[in-house]
Amino acid sequence: MKKTAYSFPEEVLEHVFSFIVSDKDRSSISLVCKSWYEIERWCRRKVFVGNCYAVSPPILIKRFPELRSVTLKGKPHFADFNLVPEGWGGFACPWIRAMAGAYPWLEEIRLKRMVVSDESLEIIAKSFKNFKVLVLSSCEGFTTEGLAAIAANCRNLRELDLRESEVEDLSGRWLSDFPDSYTSLESLNISCLGNEVNLLALERLVSRCPNLKTLRLNRAVPLDRLPNLLRGAPQLAELGTGAYTSEMRPDVFSNLAEAFAGCKQLKALSGFWDVLPSYLPAVYPVCSQLTSLNLSYATVQSPDLIKLVSLCEKLQKLWVLDYIEDDGLEILAASCKDLRELRVFPSDPFGLEPNVALTEQGLVSVSEGCPKLQSVLYFCRQMSNAALNTIARNRPNMTRFRLCIIEPRSPDYLTLQPLDDGFGAIVEHCKDLRRLSLSGLLTDRVFEYIGTYGKKLEMLSVAFAGDSDLGLHHVLSGCDNLRKLEIRDCPFGDKALLANAAKLETMRSLWMSSCSVSFGACKVLGQKMPRLNVEVMDESGPPDSRPESSPVEKLYVYRTVAGPRLDMPGFVWTMDDDSALRIS
Amino acid sequence: MENCSFEKVVGLNLEATELRLGLPGCADEHDQKHSSSCSYSSSSSSSSSLSGVVRTNKRSSPEESIDGGHEEEPKSSKKAMISQNSSNHDDDDQDKNVPPSKAQVVVGWPPIRSYRKNNGIQQQKKKGEEVIDGVGMYVKVSMAGAPYLRKIDLKVYNSYQELLMALENMFKCTFGEYSEREGYNGSEFSPTYEDKDGDWMLVGDVPWNMFISSCKRLRIVKGSEAKGLGCL
Repeated sequence: MKKTAYSFPEEVLEHVFSFIVSDKDRSSISLVCKSWYEIERWCRRKVFVGNCYAVSPPILIKRFPELRSVTLKGKPHFADFNLVPEGWGGFACPWIRAMAGAYPWLEEIRLKRMVVSDESLEIIAKSFKNFKVLVLSSCEGFTTEGLAAIAANCRNLRELDLRESEVEDLSGRWLSDFPDSYTSLESLNISCLGNEVNLLALERLVSRCPNLKTLRLNRAVPLDRLPNLLRGAPQLAELGTGAYTSEMRPDVFSNLAEAFAGCKQLKALSGFWDVLPSYLPAVYPVCSQLTSLNLSYATVQSPDLIKLVSLCEKLQKLWVLDYIEDDGLEILAASCKDLRELRVFPSDPFGLEPNVALTEQGLVSVSEGCPKLQSVLYFCRQMSNAALNTIARNRPNMTRFRLCIIEPRSPDYLTLQPLDDGFGAIVEHCKDLRRLSLSGLLTDRVFEYIGTYGKKLEMLSVAFAGDSDLGLHHVLSGCDNLRKLEIRDCPFGDKALLANAAKLETMRSLWMSSCSVSFGACKVLGQKMPRLNVEVMDESGPPDSRPESSPVEKLYVYRTVAGPRLDMPGFVWTMDDDSALRIS
Repeated sequence: MENCSFEKVVGLNLEATELRLGLPGCADEHDQKHSSSCSYSSSSSSSSSLSGVVRTNKRSSPEESIDGGHEEEPKSSKKAMISQNSSNHDDDDQDKNVPPSKAQVVVGWPPIRSYRKNNGIQQQKKKGEEVIDGVGMYVKVSMAGAPYLRKIDLKVYNSYQELLMALENMFKCTFGEYSEREGYNGSEFSPTYEDKDGDWMLVGDVPWNMFISSCKRLRIVKGSEAKGLGCL
């Protein structure tokens, strides 16, 4: 058969494709023609599934038979704030079982907001001979027994990262299950564990793994054991301390300072629970090399924070409590010219009165002083349109902007007007803005701005905002790149949703809770759009026991090629074609 | 546990449950949801939206002893809080606001992860006790007859009173008066818990701090089941 001038041998194409790693590009390649689709799918090694219910294990395995790395995300983002009831879903087990059979050479599993059982961990431990990376981010459902299975069996494990997961910590013994011959650990994050791990085992593990670059300890590791650990791993690049407090003894301090000074490659620090301020200077020797500093558990006051931060001239990422106050942020702005990401968390989120002198001014200072600032998460108690305007004009390079004014519906504190114009300025000037979280008093107008200017916006979080369906309509019709929209407590209802039903197929997901979407509209949406799963959550009973016009408690809509899911708990109803039959 | 099938819940009015998690010391009224409304119309009561978040001041939370009974927050302080915040509300909302004497709870606001909630110096000093770990202290709560488990974060509560109020709201039940000798008198349900040793105890039998550090899970049982429990 004559080959056309345009065809290359498969091996050549495969080789070319191996240089293309981004998922988007891989996806584009696969759409060129049938043969490229075929070649691409056989040589795809890494897959990211942003919503585990958008596809199913059989579908994934059928298309990509030779994966080495799989990333799955389960629950919606608002699960982080207790808005998704227990038992909702996101079960990893079916995936892990299926992959155990299909991918004996699987090396990496990364899960986020999924329910993982000990059984699943045991399957992982026994099924993948070359298993290297396990990242469980904000997961739950497993115990330290599951971790023991991983430690005992995964000879080639490089990375074990349990960040922010909820682990039933039965005992710290599991760490001892890493055999003495095991030396390949590169990254260990156990910061979420409650109990003390076997410290001797930890020290031995750390000192026999020469490639260990990341070590994030949990709070239960006492400070006086830290120097030994550091001396066992002077090549560490990222360290999360345990509790940062101890009896104040000069020998403990000097031991610690010396150990830190020995870590010439240390770039990132975190941990710092229960900080005793007089121990902070022990880290001064490494400050000038730090690019990342997470002090969000450090309950120390502004002066101590300032002393520390002002020494970190290379800092790119700072997470800190609002104890830093406006003064501290001003110093930060003057000292850390390379800052790219700032997160300021509230020390007293439920207090009625401000407990610290942190206002919008702090953020304004940083926006003025740090030319590379592009990612912000800021909790505060007052904001003004003027400040937002200034921030927007200072930082048109902003890509992620999340502002949480603690009191819902707070207006501009100077003018008492809504903050529409301020956020409008943000979306107008920050043309590359990909993520935005709103707060404060907002009318439909802010959504008009967002729809008009937010052309690159991919994720939008809205709470207690807007006046009418028009607000939602602006966003759905205007934001061309919107992938994730999460809304709570807003007066958005049926009209905007149904008018923009087709838009929902271009997005990963839509979450609406405590809004005005009626059960009837959900049914219509589910029936009209077979490629969407329209799930209604209602803990007070079946939605059809109330009038069709009743608003649903929670609505979660996502595109899928896998049809309605089969693992829904009793409080979740799917609005597909058969829904009418199923419920009644 | 991952792939359990749940019975559909019919008739069990749990509509208030989700909203009652999180903030301690709040006196909750189920009717609030029906009467609270915002500037948009809602034909039913399942909206949880609130036009004003009245957070209780932790410093005035009820005393720790379970025998203290169910105190209501003093009405005057609530009114003061509302008027303080009144400039933050739409004018419309103020008229439709619930009576200021009721506290309201907003689940998931401010949007911070549970393990960050107890990080303030104030919280730590106020509790006067060592904060055991940096993460939440989640325990499962089950109830005889209820089809699925709930989970609560014990860290969020400062006293038996707060905890029991939260449980009562979550499961729409009431516990009677607690007494050491007779347990929960005058109620259909009693709260029990499993401690570190695997023993089932009646909630309230041990001092609060001891309870917090030993409670592994909670279970709400019918009155008769609770008779055999408790400290000897």
